[in-house]
Amino acid sequence: MTNKGLRVKAKELKTDIALVKGLELSVGKIIDDTWEEPMGPTPMPHIATLRDWDMKLLNKYKPFYMPDCDLCCLCTYGKCDLTAGKRGACGLNIADQSSRIVLIACSIGAATHTGHARHVVDHLIEEYGRNYPLDVGGFNVDVEAPVTRLVTGIKPETLGDLDEVLTYCETQVTHLLSAAHTGQESNNLDFESKAFHAGRVDQVGMEVADIAQISVFNFPKADPEAPLIEMGLGTIDNAKPVICCIGHNVVPSVGIIDYMKANKLDSKLEVVGLCCTAIDNSRYFDRAKIVGPISWELRVIRSGLVDVLVLDEQCVRTDCALEAERINAPVIAASEKNCIGYKNRTNDPVDEIVNDLVSRKVPGVLILDPEKVGEVAVRVAQKVAPMRKKLSILPSEEEIIKLAKTCRHCNLCQRSCPQDLEIPAAITAAAEGNLKPLTDLYEECIGCGRCEEACPVKLQIHSFILKAGQKYMLEETNFCRAGRGAVQDIEIRSAGGPIVLGEIPGILAAVGCANYPHGGKDVYDICREFAQRRFIVMTSGCSAMSAGSYRNEEGQTLYEEFPGSFEAGGVLNVGSCVSNPHIAGAAIKVASIFAKRNLRGNYEEIADYIHNRIGAVGLAWGAYSQKAASIASGFWSLGVPVLVGPHGSKYRRMLMGRSDKPENWEVYDARTGDTVNVGPAPEHLFQTVETPQEAMVAIAKLCIRPNDTWKGRSIKLSHYIDLHKRHYGRMPKDIHQFVRTMADVPVTMKDEIKDILEAKGWKETVIPDPTMLPRMIRSKKE
Amino acid sequence: MSCEPWQCAEIAATKKAHPINKPEVAVAMIKRAAHPILVVGSNVTERSLEGKLLIEYIIDFAKASNVKVVATAHMVAEFLKRGYEPADFMSAMDIGNRLVDPTWQGINGEGHPDLAMFVALPYYMESLILSGLKHFAPNLKTMTLDNLFHPHASWSFPNAPAKTWTENLTVMTSKFKGGK
Ligand code: SF4
Ligand code: SF4
Ligand code: SF4
Repeated sequence: MTNKGLRVKAKELKTDIALVKGLELSVGKIIDDTWEEPMGPTPMPHIATLRDWDMKLLNKYKPFYMPDCDLCCLCTYGKCDLTAGKRGACGLNIADQSSRIVLIACSIGAATHTGHARHVVDHLIEEYGRNYPLDVGGFNVDVEAPVTRLVTGIKPETLGDLDEVLTYCETQVTHLLSAAHTGQESNNLDFESKAFHAGRVDQVGMEVADIAQISVFNFPKADPEAPLIEMGLGTIDNAKPVICCIGHNVVPSVGIIDYMKANKLDSKLEVVGLCCTAIDNSRYFDRAKIVGPISWELRVIRSGLVDVLVLDEQCVRTDCALEAERINAPVIAASEKNCIGYKNRTNDPVDEIVNDLVSRKVPGVLILDPEKVGEVAVRVAQKVAPMRKKLSILPSEEEIIKLAKTCRHCNLCQRSCPQDLEIPAAITAAAEGNLKPLTDLYEECIGCGRCEEACPVKLQIHSFILKAGQKYMLEETNFCRAGRGAVQDIEIRSAGGPIVLGEIPGILAAVGCANYPHGGKDVYDICREFAQRRFIVMTSGCSAMSAGSYRNEEGQTLYEEFPGSFEAGGVLNVGSCVSNPHIAGAAIKVASIFAKRNLRGNYEEIADYIHNRIGAVGLAWGAYSQKAASIASGFWSLGVPVLVGPHGSKYRRMLMGRSDKPENWEVYDARTGDTVNVGPAPEHLFQTVETPQEAMVAIAKLCIRPNDTWKGRSIKLSHYIDLHKRHYGRMPKDIHQFVRTMADVPVTMKDEIKDILEAKGWKETVIPDPTMLPRMIRSKKE
Repeated sequence: MSCEPWQCAEIAATKKAHPINKPEVAVAMIKRAAHPILVVGSNVTERSLEGKLLIEYIIDFAKASNVKVVATAHMVAEFLKRGYEPADFMSAMDIGNRLVDPTWQGINGEGHPDLAMFVALPYYMESLILSGLKHFAPNLKTMTLDNLFHPHASWSFPNAPAKTWTENLTVMTSKFKGGK
């Protein structure tokens, strides 16, 4: 830690000469320079500090807006119709409004992670004190908080240091959100720049949350061999009382697991989870089970397997509590961000709360003390389980057939289904006794329940699908590797060179939620394809679960088939949503550890390094949330391209390069100061792709970087060409844009490519020491 | 035939698509256009009409009308497999992004399209791209050839059963010189 503030506050100060009342003395920040690395130019950047860098990227990758709504209804001047260039009563046009929505989404995301981190850090400081040391990987990890060091210039050493880092984040999020007020920011690119800043702050907030919980809860510490965790509905032991935790904040679950352990009950109950709480539970307790991603929430509840539902924060369906009532499962709300209307029982005696929940006097309670959550959840689960007898509300097959006959064939279910699933046909078949078409919907259904909301005869369509797919549901028995946390410095040292030279063809980060267009298998297929091609594959959150939810011909899940280390062909689950900064952190550490660049408060230079040298691509195949938006934004501002699946188009703004405009692809050669055209590498910063085949081709291409050596470039091109030929049935049409010298051309393709280059009038060019920053030019050659 | 948005919530505000009630109307507009293009999405091999894949109808239509086809996603391979070479292929976002740029010279530099037709993208993606074009490409006309009503297009066929869709595509093809 390097920045310490001195703040003296006294209600009354009495000295020999005077009596001073209400004294407050603040001397700001004192820089404690025990960290030798010199401070870079932008520690603790404000919302406009890195604007020039953002504009460089936004000029190269211009926003393409696809407004999801023609109107704005944010203030009482409205609703304003902003169609096709009309301005609203405040003067805003649709480009501004679209970018404002992006900023709002990213600010919500950053606020959510920062708020989460604040809760975790405050709780841990209260329990363990400000001086509790941070440790994310012992001797294997020197650079403990690469993102925090980069953005803030602070090197955190204790929990108390994280408190200060969070204060910075909170200030920034407040400013960012305020910029979205009517009559503040008025330019779409400035909104975009602020959205980038939200992404930077978000990465810091997430990193703080994760390094705090890794340090204190002793999660796997940069461990490539973190345990394999049982995953899937089929792994739940029905004979035991089941506590199901949904959300993202592990603190209440820690209360549950600690209580179980202290009372020797850890083998007597099942603790299962959905979403990131599940991932983080399994980092704390390797017998905790992961049920699945957010889209499994209705599945697990309606199946009746849950005896007590513990809800914390983020991505918790807001009808979970109502659904739990239907299966007589008591609910504990454990986060002040999600109180569910329940009475606050935090200060009531445990016996009383347990009795009220077991007797169903109340359907749920709010408890804001994690230890108390632990005791209540365990005791209630033990008592409720024999009474509930795993009551399920899934209809029998006979009931489905009978109810399906009441269908009016109105199509409203399909027209409300985000997947456009052919539900009416499946219901018609069911009415005739054939449930197969309903079963076929199981894999693609994202469990949103919108079909049921639309149905005029109130058919429980999602439950029908679950029943029809029950066999598959209960066969879900897979493995996810517990989140390992950071990448070790030594791993960076050995992989850094091959990454920067291009010999490891790229890093694929499969992150984000489960709003998949056709089920999670696409994530598995894409990750496996690139692991087999010896890319480094990193996963987190719901995507980490989907990646582990399918098996190869030998019956192995992805995490069994490939090593968990940061090396060519490795598949690493870093952890939950808040673990994403370990992915950005790995790229930052390549710049710092391998290339020896200063990272302290040196954002622009490091982002420029990453953008031009590190072939990393984010894939958020099922991104749905505002948090996913801010996570993506953190990658954009580092210059790392992000792909989203088809539903990601609803983020309503892409950042698209134009491969047909050569002037967009010029960089400086830092050795000479010359301008060099390096081609569209990477071509886009944020792009929706439509099919997994398109995603695979795009990933291979987006890993190409200006700095690739000829050997690295030829390896990257061979992957791009191979995937392109396989999925597009022909050579890429832009191959000439990626060949700088004939040495770049993969040997086996020389003749074919030579002809193409000739036809395109291709000319040889140099491989520069690429940078977008004039100040990085070392000296102009005489 | 209904002119409600196919996905119920995809509502447009003050500028909504004109319904195309007869395929001849669409044909007349295509004939009037100087640089029409047809953007074909990944559902083109997912939809089967009267036992024939949608892509076969599209190839027949494209051959008859000489409209330039831009295949999105990996659909170029599906066209090539069937012996048809689309004029171009690129991601759906790329073609959308080029269409909003008035300086773009069009496919192979042959002129900025004045009519962009769309078919067989995932409904919500197509809807968003059409919205982008409605707002940011004021001089471009857009038309959808799906059987799902798209309110953000300039012209859209109404929601209709597969049989009507098949008829529409067949009639459109027949109205061009090369049509059967
Ligand atoms: S914020 Fe501006 S555009 Fe939105 S409703 Fe108010 S006046 Fe209209
Ligand atoms: S629950 Fe499944 S079937 Fe129903 S609308 Fe949602 S995705 Fe479609
Ligand atoms: S909404 Fe209900 S009644 Fe209408 S088609 Fe679907 S299942 Fe049948």
